[in-house]
Amino acid sequence: MEKKLLRFTVNESPYEIYINPKTLLVEAIRDHIGLTGTKRGCETVSCGACTVMVDGMAVKGCSVLAMQVEGKKVTTVEGLEKNGKLDPIQTAFLDEGAFQCGFCTSGMLMSAKAFLNETPKPKDEMEIRRGMEGNLCRCTGYNAIIRAIDAVGKGKYREDKR
Amino acid sequence: MIHDFTYLQPGSVKEALGMLAEHKDDCKIICGGQSLLIVMRQGLVQTDYLIDIKRLNELNYIKYDGKGGLKIGATTTHRTIEKSDVIAKQYPVLADMEEKLASIQVRNWGTIGGNLAHADAAGDPAPVLTALNATVKVASAKGERTIPLEEFYTDLFETAMEPGEIVLEVQVPPPVPKSATAYKKFNLLESDQGIVAVAASITLDAGDTCKDARIVLGNAAPTSIRAKKAESVLIGKKLTDALFEKAGEAAAQECEPVGDIHASEEYRRHLVGVLTKRMAKAAFEQAKKMG
Repeated sequence: MEKKLLRFTVNESPYEIYINPKTLLVEAIRDHIGLTGTKRGCETVSCGACTVMVDGMAVKGCSVLAMQVEGKKVTTVEGLEKNGKLDPIQTAFLDEGAFQCGFCTSGMLMSAKAFLNETPKPKDEMEIRRGMEGNLCRCTGYNAIIRAIDAVGKGKYREDKR
Repeated sequence: MIHDFTYLQPGSVKEALGMLAEHKDDCKIICGGQSLLIVMRQGLVQTDYLIDIKRLNELNYIKYDGKGGLKIGATTTHRTIEKSDVIAKQYPVLADMEEKLASIQVRNWGTIGGNLAHADAAGDPAPVLTALNATVKVASAKGERTIPLEEFYTDLFETAMEPGEIVLEVQVPPPVPKSATAYKKFNLLESDQGIVAVAASITLDAGDTCKDARIVLGNAAPTSIRAKKAESVLIGKKLTDALFEKAGEAAAQECEPVGDIHASEEYRRHLVGVLTKRMAKAAFEQAKKMG
């Protein structure tokens, strides 16, 4: 097996890694780059714990071949915080207590972030729920998660409101 | 555990076809990989060579014109189809089906060509596209051919493609006047695959008599299948609730579902009957309103 060179950007830092081409995106992020915020959950494209953004789109890192993100910009949960300041969605999750065990949280945050980028002002709760359809929480924390996303959508965490 | 493979990344369809011709029996094609990587990890699929066509942008397109109909390139993602204005306008059932296919993350990376080639009997696009009378354009190093989607599936996870062939495009004829298609899958979570699914196309004549009907069942046999007996109940008739009921009964009889962890065979047949009745009626109501 011949290792392949993969060049991509993770949280705005460029990386060049040599990997077995069967490496999955979640493995490249966790095992090669060492960012373990992204979780390995079901590994069958069901739970969404491994959700990261590729060029701004939410994808499941357990089902994307790492070689396919060559040249692309990957954002993981570690990349949400900017200059020591949490992203509004992170603050909202804290305020609403939108987690129990926390295992689904990084995936939830990344799906929520991608959803809000596409839909800055969700029209109702159903739209938020549909936007989060690909992420499972097994501690039944959905209501708090929906409230957190709703709060960001309603502008509660805009700079001028803090 | 995924078995090791040699990774090949063609820069063009032509190059991909050359690689396919060379490694015919020892290769698999990956596009979005949303289905393939799961079965590779489960060890159900092993391959010596993996040919990655995800980046072949020459197959990433949606084209429509009133004469030729719709052409969707194989590497077009589900999300692109879901968000396409022309598809929402001309083939709303297709946009609606895509919106309910798996999850956003899967639709962002998974492709229509990959989905069709994977040949999962529970896949959403095949029944809807078959009801819309779609064809699949495939190619090998020797040339291209088209296969009606209805004849594309030969068995569970098996297609009519030869080794060395690849899906290039799915083609849908232009919408027919006084015609509509409805699709519904039955599941517990919207992002799940259907326990069964039914797509129904109804075409009416000027007097609202049923000129043509195409009823396609998903996950009710080893492949998606047309329920031809149910169709014949409807064709040539003035449609009534009693006929929709009868069509449902015919479809429930002619399908060949299996029982599994999600539903028994008997329950699946029941669902096929109910959904056939409802979708045929929904398509009929829409078709009546079409000019």
